[in-house]
Amino acid sequence: MKHLFSTLRRAILPGVCALLALPALAQEAPDALVKRVSQEVLQVIKTDPKVQAGDQARIREVIETKLVQHFDFLRMTSLAMGRNWAKATPEQQKRLADEFKSLLVRTYSNALIQYRNQEIDYKALRADPNATEVNVRTEVIRPGQSAVPIDYAMTKGPSGWKAYDVVVGGVSLVTNYRDEFNEQIRQGGVDGLINSLAARNKGGGAK
Amino acid sequence: MKIGISGVRLAAALALVGALGGCATTGGNSAPSKADPFEPFNRVMYAIHEPLDTNIVRPIAQAWVDYVPTPIQSGVHTFFGNIEDGFSAFNSLLQGKWDKAGDDLGRLTVNIWGFGVIDIATQAGIPKGDEDFGQTFGYWGIPQGPYLFFPLIGPTTVRDGTGLIIRYYLGPTTYLVEDVPLRNVLYFLGALDLRVQALDASKMVDQAAIDRYTFIRRAYLQRREYLVHDGNPPRKDDDE
Repeated sequence: MKHLFSTLRRAILPGVCALLALPALAQEAPDALVKRVSQEVLQVIKTDPKVQAGDQARIREVIETKLVQHFDFLRMTSLAMGRNWAKATPEQQKRLADEFKSLLVRTYSNALIQYRNQEIDYKALRADPNATEVNVRTEVIRPGQSAVPIDYAMTKGPSGWKAYDVVVGGVSLVTNYRDEFNEQIRQGGVDGLINSLAARNKGGGAK
Repeated sequence: MKIGISGVRLAAALALVGALGGCATTGGNSAPSKADPFEPFNRVMYAIHEPLDTNIVRPIAQAWVDYVPTPIQSGVHTFFGNIEDGFSAFNSLLQGKWDKAGDDLGRLTVNIWGFGVIDIATQAGIPKGDEDFGQTFGYWGIPQGPYLFFPLIGPTTVRDGTGLIIRYYLGPTTYLVEDVPLRNVLYFLGALDLRVQALDASKMVDQAAIDRYTFIRRAYLQRREYLVHDGNPPRKDDDE
């Protein structure tokens, strides 16, 4: 009997533990998510020879496979558009979100190249456990210079936590586009904005 | 955020021109922005600034980063950083932020042992302050005022620009260094160090901006709002 129990315990306990761990993983805390994903990405960036050689395409690929699913691009785009979001048709909204995503991915990959050799300090999350909107704070430590705070505004959805804004040193990457978007829409309508974003993403420089 | 001797004098002169020129519309194609009533004038200033910065100032700053030995770079940065620590301490006192003032004064005291060029204070973990006159005015409740852009100086506002002019006239180099060539070298290095600090931001703008002028304006105003509120600005999701 005793032997049977110990066998059972050995066989079943790990299984039970794994089952218990599943929902915990599904509800990974937002600060843990930011830490895990950014460490994974930085690990690849530090060790991948192509990235080390400055291969932009490879860096973008890393971001596409590891980062993109953790961002809510539709919400980011609506935030950047402000009241103009309602003027766009669902079809336009989708195209806007796609173009805005490409622009942000490129910007982010460039920022990552600059920060590859620096430490990141992950701040303790100060939020209600039941909160559905949180702000995850991190700091990039730069030797000999002041640290750069990077905050992730995150929201809880059906597929876990997703970031909808990245605030670098107080500058929101999303709302920073609002004036530009307003201006483009004022001049050429929603389609004008889509076209200028697409042109920008095809490699055209800023005006 | 780039200051030089001629730069700030230019700023003072241009502020006047800006106040007058704001009435005369040169572009007239853009929607008026509440924060930037002098946009047509500022865009002309930006058009003068852009080629100067891209072709002359930025390559010099990049060459400094790429070719000057790191100890010299950090020595120069620490030297001018000490002066800013002094101003940060003074501005922390003006805002009644005693802890911050204590940190800044502590940094100055510790860095004496680094002969002004080795940043012992940072190695010892004393956080670097960043208070300036523009932030002090903001803390006192004075609004930004109109946004301004000046060639070589970059983005500022009436409030922050006034702070920059005060900062320049109180600068120790002006009083302590009587040898004119040496003083000019110091002004040059100080301005260069400021431009070097902004190189990362320039790369970001290269990648991110659709219209550089508008992108820089929004980023500058957000950044200053953030600094005035010591990292906790009220979150605004509305249009403005």
